Amino acid sequence: MSQAEGQQQHPLTIYLWIWLLLFVLSACSYAVDYFHLQGMLRWTLIIVFMLLKAGFIVAIFMHMAWERLALKFAILLPPLCLLVLIGFMAIEGDYTFITRGTAFLR
Amino acid sequence: MAHDAQAAALPPLKQVVADYAGDKQAFQVPWGKAMMWIFLLSDTFIFTCFLTGYMNVRVSTMASWPNPSQVFALHLFGQDIPLILIAIMTFVLITSSGTMALAVNYGYRRDRQKTVVLLCATAALGATFVGMQAFEWTKLIMEGVRPWGNPWGAPQFGSAFFMITGFHGCHVTAGVIYLLITAKRVGSGFYDRKGTYETVEVAGLYWHFVDLVWVFIFAFFYLW
Repeated sequence: MSQAEGQQQHPLTIYLWIWLLLFVLSACSYAVDYFHLQGMLRWTLIIVFMLLKAGFIVAIFMHMAWERLALKFAILLPPLCLLVLIGFMAIEGDYTFITRGTAFLR
Repeated sequence: MAHDAQAAALPPLKQVVADYAGDKQAFQVPWGKAMMWIFLLSDTFIFTCFLTGYMNVRVSTMASWPNPSQVFALHLFGQDIPLILIAIMTFVLITSSGTMALAVNYGYRRDRQKTVVLLCATAALGATFVGMQAFEWTKLIMEGVRPWGNPWGAPQFGSAFFMITGFHGCHVTAGVIYLLITAKRVGSGFYDRKGTYETVEVAGLYWHFVDLVWVFIFAFFYLW
């Protein structure tokens, strides 16, 4: 048995529970749209359900929860710099919107 | 320490080679798994760039954004059900993630038959997903959605839609082929001869990532 197999053998029940949980969370995000929730409540719920689903997939299905900290750091920390890109592009998009408003809609 | 002292005495370029080839292992996992994770990390950056680009055009457009809830509604049983096709696609993909997780588990238990069946089920669900996506694309193109315009509002809707879902669909298609090759190898006893089933886990990482990307697309493109 190789090294990885010793580390990543887990009881089936944990996968089945996470599977069920992902179904429930997906149904919840669909319900957000189905019941026409709007505004802050809608956006908050979408983000919360999304992050929960992503977290369970990475942690359990992709086995990240059982990996060593060195690998967790190497894979999970670099995407944080994408938050800078997202922030910049949100500001830039708002600026473009305002510029278009003043230039074209007078 | 002996290695460092030897490397220090080498000419610069050979020193670089000696340093990078130093006899040390950073990640205590099989190399295939480390490389797959690094590939998925780079793919994360690609998909984030797409979604950020989509956010940028949606924030900056003066026209109103088409309502995805209505655009992706289907007329079933005498009424319009909002977003129903996308919801079914989401459940299909999550189901395939579940069968994949079980396939990895049965692989490590050396249960060849169950692993093959579960891998083929995962591939079949993936192919179903791509088929439904082809149906969705056809429906939208028939309704007049183009990368440069559509009947309902902001023209950027089409380009963002085709770019993001198209790239994701390509990933799913590649994943289906990848899974079928892995299933064939499990069936032929290739991994028994190799002495390890970790390659099935690496294929699983890719498949779960495809599901992971869909979670973000579903939230930001279809629900927002």
